[in-house]
Amino acid sequence: MMRKVMTLVLGLLVWNAAQAAELNIEITRGVDNPIPIAIVPFTWGGGLPPDEDVAQIIANNLEQVGEFRPLPRANMLSLPDEEAEVFYRDWRILAQQYLVIGKINPVPGGQMVEVQWEFFDINRERKVMGEVLTGSISQLRDIAHEISDVVYEQITARRGAFSTKIMYVSAEGDIGDMTYRLHLADYDGRRSQVLLESPEPIMSPAWSPDASQIAYVSFETDLPRIYIQTLATGERRQVTNFSGINSSPVWSPDGSKLAMVLSKDGSPDIYVLDLATDQLRRLTDHPRAETEPAWSMDSQSVLFSSDRTGQPQIYKVDVNGGGFPERLTFDCFYCAKGQFLPDGVKLVHIRRATRQDNSYSVAILNVETSRVITLTDTALDESPSVAPNGSMIMFGTTYNGRGVLDAVSIDGRVKFRLPSPQGDVREPSWSPYLN
Amino acid sequence: MGTQMNTILRTTALALTIFGLAACSSTSETEDMTPVAQESQGESAAARAARLEQERLERERQEQQRREQAALNTTVFYFDFDVAEFQPSDRETLVVHARNLASNPNSRIRLEGHADERGTREYNLALGERRANSIRDFLIVNGASRNQIETVSYGEEQPAVRGQTEQAYSQNRRVEIKPAG
Repeated sequence: MMRKVMTLVLGLLVWNAAQAAELNIEITRGVDNPIPIAIVPFTWGGGLPPDEDVAQIIANNLEQVGEFRPLPRANMLSLPDEEAEVFYRDWRILAQQYLVIGKINPVPGGQMVEVQWEFFDINRERKVMGEVLTGSISQLRDIAHEISDVVYEQITARRGAFSTKIMYVSAEGDIGDMTYRLHLADYDGRRSQVLLESPEPIMSPAWSPDASQIAYVSFETDLPRIYIQTLATGERRQVTNFSGINSSPVWSPDGSKLAMVLSKDGSPDIYVLDLATDQLRRLTDHPRAETEPAWSMDSQSVLFSSDRTGQPQIYKVDVNGGGFPERLTFDCFYCAKGQFLPDGVKLVHIRRATRQDNSYSVAILNVETSRVITLTDTALDESPSVAPNGSMIMFGTTYNGRGVLDAVSIDGRVKFRLPSPQGDVREPSWSPYLN
Repeated sequence: MGTQMNTILRTTALALTIFGLAACSSTSETEDMTPVAQESQGESAAARAARLEQERLERERQEQQRREQAALNTTVFYFDFDVAEFQPSDRETLVVHARNLASNPNSRIRLEGHADERGTREYNLALGERRANSIRDFLIVNGASRNQIETVSYGEEQPAVRGQTEQAYSQNRRVEIKPAG
């Protein structure tokens, strides 16, 4: 099987040439019995070896999501790079369940490389799959993520999200002299680029469903206004200029509409902008605060937070008919920023259980059974964003007095952290699938 | 000897009164007091009473002016947790701001509302706006005009103080009055 790796040319137009320091992943909690897998260093058939260690990237990926335990290289009894060199007993002795091997060869005349990789099930003593990927040498990290996606899907039957990106906001500097930046990076914080830099706050980054555009709130005019930016060109336009709050832009899954919060009519309410006709429709009409819109998968309803009963709770409203919003959360002092998992039943949200509790955690409410699972034990969680495969939730929290990005699996068993070497990071927004 | 002592005591008492005034007044008390020392020759009782009354009014006017200036210099107002109404103790200060706007129809202000970092960012944006609006509405009721006031909420995006203590949070829940740009 031959495939050419296509990577989106994302945000090459960078506002500031200065690259902000990368985030470094830290695994804070994994599962008790991770699957043992051996990923043998890929051999290189050219001259100077490439900068990227493909096997190491795959191992890191699988380890980070917590369900796998990659075998340390020093423990390997042999280093095969093709099927003929694989002896299953070498790996059975080491109690490995799976094996990944490969070799990278330069394509004569140019910067292209061929990555031939194979994947084996040790217990069944069979090759599960093998393929050749071609791409430029600068795409080796993308190729490693692609292989990770395939391995992950072969083993777990769930699509991998290693080739996805995140956006996040950083704030650096002294009070009164802050610099805010909107970043784009790999899901693990690597290869970070700056999409926007401003002395005024940047908030609420959101992806268009095809990942070609982003929306966010910028205070660059001294007022919160919504902007849409095309990633490939860097071209941007201001979408709203209503008095008061203009915030929380979120694309409908079908890409046709942008839900948002406007307070132009007195208090924050949910509005939907039809991007084709520029028509603005009001979805809620209440004197208290309605905010944090999130679409259902079918683009037919919108979740929002409202403090109409005192403290914020999560509601759902029909996009077409309007009608009276349905309240979804009842058993918490503060439940906000709701978003459905792909199953449309499990509601990810930020929860403060009781007034006395005083901690804001990422939780999942099953709206059919009313069962609640609280996933985190940090106290200042906010901005949960779900990976497109529904396996992990990334969110902003505070650790040692600094804003960090944390991720937790939807069963709460796996956690990793993306601390920034400087300043605060916040508001992660996980991209859709890019491939 | 005895009378001498008495005089000293009385002088002290007078000094304390002056000091008391000085404590709440930033204008020149000594000047205010000079006429008393000069008290003298040949002024009719009525003229004297009128002059003293004049002086008293002048002092009151200056005191009033000083208080107003102090009020106008107070531009940050703090809020309780998850509360959008300003504190009752800020009423007087805000009334002065309102009257100042009423008497200066060309001046414009910007009310910047802020929240502490607890809770979600978008909800805090709403909370900051509600705080700014509560002050805006009060200023309007007390004489300011709607078009003199711009409000903006920064939510939790621009804390005044860093940290995760109640002390830091209480300084971050605020509305700041700034000149409109």
